[in-house]
Order: sequence, then structure tokens, then C-alpha cells
Amino acid sequence: MAAVSQKTFFQQLKKYYTFYTGGFIGFVILLAIGEQMGMTPKWIGYCFLVFTILLYAGIGIMSRTVEVSEYYVAGRRVPALFNGMATGADWMSAASFIGMAGTLYLTGFQGLSFIMGWTGGYVLVALLLAPYLRKFGQFTIPDFLGARYGGNIVRSFGVMAAILCSFTYVVAQIYGVGVITSRFTGLEFGIGVFVGLAGILVCSFLGGMRAVTWTQVAQYIILIVAYMIPVVWLSVKHTGVPIPQAVYGTVLEKLTQREKQLTSDPKELEVRKIFADRAKAADDKIKALPASFETERAVVVKKLEDLKAASAPKAEIDAAEAAVKGFPATPDAAKAKWTADKAGATGRSGPPLKHSEPYPGKDEKARDTSRLNFIGVVFCMMFGTAALPHILMRYYTTPSVQEARVSVFWSLFFIFLLYFTAPALAVLAKFDVYTLVVGSKFSELPAWVNAWQAVDRTLLNITDINKDGIVQLAEIVIGGDIIVLATPEIAGLPYVVSGLVAAGGLAAALSTADGLLLTIANALSHDVYYKMINPNASPTMRITVAKALLLVVAIIAAYVTSLKPGNILFLVGAAFSMAASAFFPALVMGIFWKRASKWGAIAGIVAGLGVCLYYMVHTYPTFMQWFGTAPIAKWWGLDPISAGMFGVPVGIITIFVVSLVTPAPDKDVQELVDHVRYPNLVGDIDTRGT
Amino acid sequence: MQLTQSHIDYWHKNLRLTAILLVIWFVVTYVMAWYAIPLAEIKIFGWPLSFYMAAQGSLIIYVAIIGYYALQMRKNDLEHGVHEGEDE
Repeated sequence: MAAVSQKTFFQQLKKYYTFYTGGFIGFVILLAIGEQMGMTPKWIGYCFLVFTILLYAGIGIMSRTVEVSEYYVAGRRVPALFNGMATGADWMSAASFIGMAGTLYLTGFQGLSFIMGWTGGYVLVALLLAPYLRKFGQFTIPDFLGARYGGNIVRSFGVMAAILCSFTYVVAQIYGVGVITSRFTGLEFGIGVFVGLAGILVCSFLGGMRAVTWTQVAQYIILIVAYMIPVVWLSVKHTGVPIPQAVYGTVLEKLTQREKQLTSDPKELEVRKIFADRAKAADDKIKALPASFETERAVVVKKLEDLKAASAPKAEIDAAEAAVKGFPATPDAAKAKWTADKAGATGRSGPPLKHSEPYPGKDEKARDTSRLNFIGVVFCMMFGTAALPHILMRYYTTPSVQEARVSVFWSLFFIFLLYFTAPALAVLAKFDVYTLVVGSKFSELPAWVNAWQAVDRTLLNITDINKDGIVQLAEIVIGGDIIVLATPEIAGLPYVVSGLVAAGGLAAALSTADGLLLTIANALSHDVYYKMINPNASPTMRITVAKALLLVVAIIAAYVTSLKPGNILFLVGAAFSMAASAFFPALVMGIFWKRASKWGAIAGIVAGLGVCLYYMVHTYPTFMQWFGTAPIAKWWGLDPISAGMFGVPVGIITIFVVSLVTPAPDKDVQELVDHVRYPNLVGDIDTRGT
Repeated sequence: MQLTQSHIDYWHKNLRLTAILLVIWFVVTYVMAWYAIPLAEIKIFGWPLSFYMAAQGSLIIYVAIIGYYALQMRKNDLEHGVHEGEDE
């Protein structure tokens, strides 16, 4: 294949992927016909799962390789357009695909900080990193740190930081794979995890970066088609125009009107009053502890006895029995439960969120804090994007520096397609719920509402609180994930589209997991084993070690996932803050400031990451529990997820100060910096990895 | 390896371009976010301006910034003789 010129290669790829897209659409149409002829949803789910995983496996087998540069950087032949698609799939995880629209539905304007942060970061990648890393042209991010600052200390810090952020991230992806497979096929969560893991491994294990790249392109195509179809349909339903992104402004206007109406609607006020009363009752019980523990238990027990004595209907007795059984065992447990009850009821006693209002808050101070946190999330997601190794690594795979620049353009373009659709989806789905579900009779709810209530009460739960037989907005509890998962049904599409959406979610999770696992395994095999332990290893040995480590890392990740560690979304956000604090200052200053020295970089990484971690373990409740640390007051009220907002500036200042008081880097390093700054120099040194 | 004046000019041009584009990036991101409340008073096609910018407008500008940078840098590469051969 090496003999084939880049141009012919590009033409071939275009042909293959056009053919592939056609084939995939054909497959979906076949299943749609199958559904009309009576194929059950369960079998449609199986078909999508098996077909797509076999497809990825097929690409993996076709791209198997034992060559070092093919394994690590796909032979550096990936054209800009295709690298863009692969980066898009690498980037968009299960959280983007399934969670994003739901987050926007629940948090309105505030959620847009993720949309901006996860796209604007590519400006930093394009302007400050990608072309220079491509010119440097080795295999991993620690490679660059090692060469620029010299010595194994910086490299080791790079390896540790890369593993720290990638591992937290990959656990979230494997979790997503498990959830999707179990929901759409009825397999158990644990089995779902391992089926997905097989799909991940068969690509990366056989062909490393090369197989992962070509699979990711295929996965991007599936995920973008799956995301668009239902939204377009929903847009036609509410606006008559099939371009949701262009017209949802009018829907947003109508939604704002509807919010105003619902805020002062007497029936809504009635339900919210009930919740306010419940919150107060819970609060009274908490205040009366420990005495109230015994009296409350007596109340529950007495109710059961009374019902039994009156031979009440079985359903009522069962409910009362459940209440006795479910009563907290100790006063402490009772306190925890009642506090949760109080928080839940308080949350539902307020007026609906105004979707398009920036920084809502009860007073000036609350609004300022809300604004600071919006900016904090934007900042950390942006700088984290420009520091996550699995993304930066992708720009090693293009044929030239110019292709790397163009490739960042395509990456953001393909990511943009999904990210500018998600806010439209959130608004359309919200409008649907606010106008078609709210106000309808409980006996005449839309079919999708009943279907999803039956599946999972945490995703959708509508209870007639004030017993008037009509749905009020305050009576609806909705989980974010349902927005994307249920959109096909909300739009009134056949089940095959739901299957397609599941396949899209799976593609998003698998592709990101692939990229991350490869990053971790490569950091260990290339940076630790080859560069530090055994520099004389033969190419065959290096590939063998890389593959073995990949397997080990994958199994550890799957094991950690099966423990279901909580707060996965926070951990993903934390990974961005950590990556930003550790890598961004050292990488960018290494390119733009020749004076940045080895000790400056070491001090900068330690100080930046240190401040970031310090802030997190002293402000985030779960971490405080894990490490037994004492809480500190939040600095300017900034949330722990945005700790990078302190870490990045501290890192930059530390590198600056320490570099100036330590000796300047020697001539070789100066030459290396010049080397990466110019795409092509006469008499240039060569730093390409072999 | 000795850098010529043309090489140094190339690098300074690059720094200037990078700085200008980063200023645009900063304005559409952080200045916009800082003034989101007053900007929400302005409506375009139904969207409050700050919502539109955060959900779509700034994203389009990001894509444009990166596209412009790639085109401009290719020109600079050719002008200063540091471009790579086609189809390596």
C-alpha cells in the first residue's frame, strides 16, 4: 500500500466510505421493512448490535498490522478530511451523544457552557498545538515533553498525567457501552460491558491506531446519521421546516411564552404548594430528631394496623407494608433520608427554569457566581480539549503539517454538526413536553410517555400529585438521558430509528473508548517500556508489548467499570481540569518560548496539577469522603469541576518564573524549537519517530 | 541550521495572525459570556442574542477561525519557502 500515492489513496477511501454509507442505509431500510412485516423490537436491537460490532471487527481485521509506525500513528497517511471524522468520533463520547441534549433540557442556558467549551477548545488546538506537534512527528504526547525538556522526569510526569485523565474518561465510556447494550437488547449490564469490550479490543488490538482510525470514520458516519434523523423529524412536526438548527428560534420564543404561562398557572401553583408543604414537613421531622424517629415509625406502623383492621384493599395494605419495611433503621439513616426528601421536594416547589435566561439567581451575588461558573466551565473544557492526549495524538497521523492544520478544521466541523444540533433538540423536546404532555389527561397520555415510564422511573415519572386527572409541569420528573433516547418515539418514528439511535450511542462510546485505551497502552509501551526501560527492543517486541498492555489496561478498565463508581459525569469534567492544568502550559510554552527550561516545566506541571487537585479534594464532597480531607471555602464560589481555572494560570506563571532563574536550555533544544516552528527547513534536523 | 530574515519574518507573521485570531476567539467567548445578561435583551429571529451566540454563533466563528488560519498559513508557507512538498 505504501507505493500508492496519497491522492489515489484519498480517492480510494472516498469510494470505500461512500459504498459503506450506502450499504448501511440499505441495512437500515431492510430492518424497517422487517419491522413492517412483524419483526420485534428486541430482534431489531440485536441486529443493530451484532451488525455494527461485526462491521467494526471486520475493519479491525482488514487493518491488522505489526509495523511500529502503522500501529502507533496509522502510517501517517490519514488525509485531513478522514482524520477530521475520526477525531470527531474519538471526541464525541456517550456523554456528548446521549447526555448533552438532556443536560441542555435540564439546565437551559447554563448547559451551553459545555457546547462552547467543547468546540472552542479546537481553536487552541489549531493555533497553538496541532501543526507543531505534527512537525515534531513522534508517537505520543510525553514524547514531545521528553524531547523538548530533556530527561525522563518530564516524560514520566507526562505519562502519569496522561494515564490519570484518560483512565477516568475510559471508565465512563465503558459504562456507557454497558448501559446501551443492556437497554436495547435486554442483556445484563455486566454482559453488555464485555460484549462492548470485545468490540473495542478487536479493533485496537489487531491494528492499533490504524484500525482505530478507519473504524472511527465508520463510527462517525453512523453516529451523525443516527443523531440527525429524529431531530429533523421533530422539527418538521413543530415548525414544518426540516432544518431544526435554523428555525428553532421561533420555537424558543413560543417556549418562553409557555414558561411564563406555567409560572403563574393556578393548578401549577397548587402542585408546587404541595411540594413546599412536604419540604416543610420533612424539615420539621429532621429538627425533631432523635425523638421524631420513634414517633414517625409508630405512625407508619399504626397506619398498617389500621388498614389491616379495616380490611382495606390489598394494594393499600401492600403500600403500607412497604412503608414499614422501607423505614430507616437508625436515626442517622432517617436524617439522611429526610434530608434527601426535603431537597427533592424543595426542588420541585419552585417555578420552572427559564430556558433562555442567562445566569438566573435570586440576587446580584447569586447571578455573579452563576456567571463565574459558566465561564469557569467554558475555560476548563477549552483548555482541557487542548491538552487531552487522545485528541492531540490524532494530529500525528496526517501526512503533513498543512494537512494537520486542515484536519483540525474538519474535526471541528464534524463535531460542530452534532453540537449545534443538540441545543435545537433540547428546545424542541421541551416544547413538545410543555405543550403536548402538560395539560393532557392522565388517561390520554402519549404512547411514548407510558412506554418510558414502564422502562425506568428515573428517566420519566409522572404522578398525579393534586389528583385532578390533568398533568401539571410540576408533576413531571424527567431524567436527562431520555431526551435523545426517546426522541424517535416523541417524533412518532418507527422503532427501527430507536435502534439506529442506540447504534449511534454505541458507536460514540466505542470510538472514544478505543482512542483512550490506545493512549494509555501507548504511554506505557512506548514511553515507559521502549524509551525508559529497553531502548534496544526490536520492532516486533515493541508491538507485542504494546498489544499485551492494551489487553491488560482494557481488562482493568472493565473491572473498575463493573464496580459502578458513582458520579461519572463529574469525573469526566475533572479529567478536563486535570489535563488542562498538567499539560497545557508546558506544551504551549515549550513551542512558543525558547527560554522555557526543564526545571520550569517540571515545576509548572507539579504546581498546576497540584493546585487543581488540592482545590478538588477540598471542595468536592465525594473526594473529601475518599481522602478524608477537610472542606475549605470555595474561592470566589467556583465549583470544583472548574479547578483548572486556578491550575492553568499557576502552571504558566510557575514555568515562567522558574525558567528565568534556572539555566537556559542548550543549543539542541533551541534547534528543536525552530524545527517544530517551520513546516520545512533546508538542512533541518529530523525528529520523526521510528 | 541558520535562520534567514525571511524565516524570522515568517514566524513573526505567524505570531501576529495567531494573536489576532485568539483575540477574536476571546471576544466571542469570554466577553460575550461576561455580558450575556444585557445581550439577552437583543432578539434575532426569536433567539435572545446571548443564547444564539452560545448555542450556535460562536461555534460558527470558531470553525471560521480555524479555516482561515489553515488557508492563510499555507500562503505564508509558500511565500517564505518553508512549504512541504505535495504528496510526500
